[in-house]
Amino acid sequence: MEELREKFPEALEEHATHLGEETITVKKEYILSLCNYLKSQGYNFLSDISGVDLGVDKNPRFQVIYHITTVPAGKRLRVKVNLPPDNPSIDSVTTIWKSADWFEREVFDLFGVTFLNHPNLTRILTPDGFEGYPLRKDYPLRGR
Amino acid sequence: MEAARDLRTECLTINMGPQHPSTHGVLRVILELEGEVIVKATPVIGHLHRGIEKLAESKTYHQALPLTDRLDYLAPLINNLCYCLAVEKLLSLEIPPRAQYLRVILSELTRIQSHLVWLGTHALDIGAMTPLLYTFREREEILNIFELAGGSRMHTSYTRIGGFLDDVPEEFVSRVRSFIDIFPTRMKDYEGLLTKNRIWMNRTIGVGVITAEEGIDLGLSGPSLRACGVKWDIRKSNPYTSYDQFSFDIPTGTHGDVYDRYLVRLEEMRQSREIIRQALERLPSGPVNAVNPKVVPPPKERVYESIEALIHQFHIMVEGFDVPAGEVYVPVESPRGELGFYVKSDGRSKPYRLKIRTPSFVNLQSLSSMAVGRMVADIVAVIGSIDIVLGEVDR
Repeated sequence: MEELREKFPEALEEHATHLGEETITVKKEYILSLCNYLKSQGYNFLSDISGVDLGVDKNPRFQVIYHITTVPAGKRLRVKVNLPPDNPSIDSVTTIWKSADWFEREVFDLFGVTFLNHPNLTRILTPDGFEGYPLRKDYPLRGR
Repeated sequence: MEAARDLRTECLTINMGPQHPSTHGVLRVILELEGEVIVKATPVIGHLHRGIEKLAESKTYHQALPLTDRLDYLAPLINNLCYCLAVEKLLSLEIPPRAQYLRVILSELTRIQSHLVWLGTHALDIGAMTPLLYTFREREEILNIFELAGGSRMHTSYTRIGGFLDDVPEEFVSRVRSFIDIFPTRMKDYEGLLTKNRIWMNRTIGVGVITAEEGIDLGLSGPSLRACGVKWDIRKSNPYTSYDQFSFDIPTGTHGDVYDRYLVRLEEMRQSREIIRQALERLPSGPVNAVNPKVVPPPKERVYESIEALIHQFHIMVEGFDVPAGEVYVPVESPRGELGFYVKSDGRSKPYRLKIRTPSFVNLQSLSSMAVGRMVADIVAVIGSIDIVLGEVDR
C-alpha cells in the first residue's frame, strides 16, 4: 500500500479497511495505469465489476467497484471509482483482464456507465431495444 | 475448370438455441462455421433475466433470501449460504459451531448433487444415455435429505441469516451416513461407464482446451479452472464456515480439456464425501442459531404458543432489522466456481445494493476460446463441460 501511494501520489483518494476488507478509492483518470500496476503485483484475477447508484441527487452519483484477487493465494482488494451524475464514463479495463468484457457490458446495461475503448459495448442482460437503466435508483421497480 | 474458379466459399452463420436441449436452458449461441469447423462462437444471454438484484433492493434482508436459491437451482444451499455469510459479516454475527458444521455438510451434499446432475446431463449430451439414470438415483436421495432437513427439495431457503430455520431432525445424521457409505460404490458405476470408455474418451480428450493463463484472464473459476492445473479453491484460500478445520485435497488436471474437467469433478465428489464424513464424526451439539433476538426469530414451537413470540417473528419477517452501514464482498466455492455476494448497506433494513457475482456468467465468456477450431458437434461437449446454469447467468 505504501508503494502504491508512492507510485501514484495523486491517484489515491481514500484507503480504508472495514470488516477485514481493504478498499481503495481512486481517481478515474488513473484507473488504467493503476490496474496495470496492480496486475503486475499479482492481482491476476478480476472477480467482479459492480456498479452502484449512490442516489439521484448525489454528486458523485455513480460508483464502479472492481473486486480483484490474486490467484491462487486468494488475497483480495476492492478498487472504487466515483463518477459524476451526467454522462458517467471511465476507461475500459478489458485490455488488462479479458473477463472485464461482460462485466462492463452489464454495468453499462443496468447503470448507463460508458466504458471507453470497450470492444463491444452493447446491452447484455436486457432485451434488444430496451430503454433506460434498470438499476438506477430513479428507475421504478415495476418497470416503465 | 472455368466454373470451379468462379465458385466462392464463405462462412455460414447458424443459430443455436435459445431452445436447444443441450444448452441446458435458454442460451443462444451464434456460430460462424467454415464447413464443420467453428470460426467464432458468440453467446447471447439475458433470456432469463428476472432483475433479482433490483428486486432485492425492495425487500428486507430476510425476504431477499428466497431470491438467492432461485439463481442456481442446482446449488440452492450454497447460494443461501453465501448471501447469509455476507449479511452476517455486516452484522458481525457469531455463528455457533453446530450450525457451521451443518452448513459444511449441506454445502458438500449440494456440491455432490450438482455434480451428479452435471455428469448425467453432460454424458447425455455426448450420447451416453445410461449415466443419467444412475446419477439421478443418487441425486434423489440427496434431495430427500434436503427435504428431511428443511422441508423442501430444491429451493430450500433453509439456511437463514444467523443460522438455520431449525435444527435438523434426529434421522438426518444416519441418513447422510448411509448415503456416504454407499456412495463410493456408486461412483465406481459411473466411472465404469465412462472413464475408460473409448467413445467417451474420443469425444472429450483434447476437446475445448484452455490454458491456465487464458483461463485466469477470462475469469474462469472452479473445477473448469482447476482442470487447467491451477490449484485454487476458495474453501482453502479464503476459508469460510470452518472449512479450515477439515482436511481435503484440491484435485487438478493438466490439459484443461473436457476430459480433465470430467476427472476433476469426479474427484471433487470423492473429496466432498470425505469432508462430510469428517464433519459427521465431529458434529458438535448445541444451538443452530446465533444469539441475537433482533435478527433471529424465536423457535417455531414458541411462535405457535405465545402471542409475544408471534409478534416477534412477524416483526423480524415483515419489518426486518437494521443492518449497520458498510459493504462486504463474500466469495464462496460453488460447484461452478467463485460465487460472490457484494452487499452494500446504508444502515436500513433493506439492502442498498446487492450484486451477485455468479460463476456461470463469467465462465461462459470462455466458451468462444474453447470452441474455436473445433467441430460443431464439439460445442455441445464444451457447453456441458463448463457446467452453466442459465438462471445464474442471467439473474
